[in-house]
Amino acid sequence: MFGKEKTRKDNPEVNSSSMADIAFLMLVFFLVATQIPVIDQGVKFLLPKKLEDNKPPVDVDPRNLFKVMVNSGNKLLVEDERLEFDQLKEKAKIFINNRGRDPEQSDSPKKAVISLRVDRGTTHKYAIRALDELKAAYHELQAEYLNMSLEEFLLLDESDPLDSKLIRKAKDAIPMRLSKAEPTR
Amino acid sequence: MARFKKRIATSQEIPTSAMPDIIFILLFFFMVATTVREEKEDLVDFSKPEATQIHELNKSLTRFHIYIGPPKDSDKYGSAPRIQMNGALVSPSQIPQIINTNIENLKQGSKSKSKIHIVLTVDENAKEGIVTDVEEQLKLVRTRNIVYSATQYTTGQ
Repeated sequence: MFGKEKTRKDNPEVNSSSMADIAFLMLVFFLVATQIPVIDQGVKFLLPKKLEDNKPPVDVDPRNLFKVMVNSGNKLLVEDERLEFDQLKEKAKIFINNRGRDPEQSDSPKKAVISLRVDRGTTHKYAIRALDELKAAYHELQAEYLNMSLEEFLLLDESDPLDSKLIRKAKDAIPMRLSKAEPTR
Repeated sequence: MARFKKRIATSQEIPTSAMPDIIFILLFFFMVATTVREEKEDLVDFSKPEATQIHELNKSLTRFHIYIGPPKDSDKYGSAPRIQMNGALVSPSQIPQIINTNIENLKQGSKSKSKIHIVLTVDENAKEGIVTDVEEQLKLVRTRNIVYSATQYTTGQ
């Protein structure tokens, strides 16, 4: 018939009033026992291999070696010259991308080696800053090589076959030869 | 004017029949969006340094975390930066053994050392000496892929 018409007195439904309580209980459990996963992000770096003496290999022409040092006072010394941190990137770019023009700078990006040496007393913040600036120099040159902006280059996804091909192309042309020397004692 | 008799037949209670559904939706959200707490509470303090060339670590990669910073419980451990790994304060020389045990516990097939990343979360005010000590130990066990944990550079120069 039409309208509400309840004639049966005993309700045939399963009693679900405690469902909310059960769900609450589970909810509280998950609130307490889990955490939102943090995405690990940071500056990637490949440590050099363990060597008996960690001096730069003798076969590197001093011309192709770009020495960056950070002392315990967090001051920067680049190629025996005092520099500020925001000058480091440009200096490194000039060195890497010299392509044999200036006899003081590198022969080619493939031969250029950057050696970063930090002191044991250097604050981590400044060590990362130096590493970051040097990586930025490489990334900017690699992006330039691919005719991209730096932002576009950094967004390339290594797991994507097309993108990884581009990355490999840039890395072949301008390999990141960045080495962390053992710190001064 | 006609007068209508007001009927107060409506229930005064707030309907709660939808409550289980709402709670279930919340529950499912938390089940999907969170992971089980693995690492014990951090024993060391750290504020991550800032950097511009940030790389996001792929979720599928195996990673071990090492935290370096001044201990939270400075009465007990002092204020000099310490190393935390697997939820305990360790000395640098213990790291190779811990890493080897961790690798043993990994599933077969993900034991390739070239795929393991070490996430180094270092307090920005810690000295590099302790970081270098850790790095030297990492070289010994040939887990050379490291990520210096950092946040995106925000403040203007």
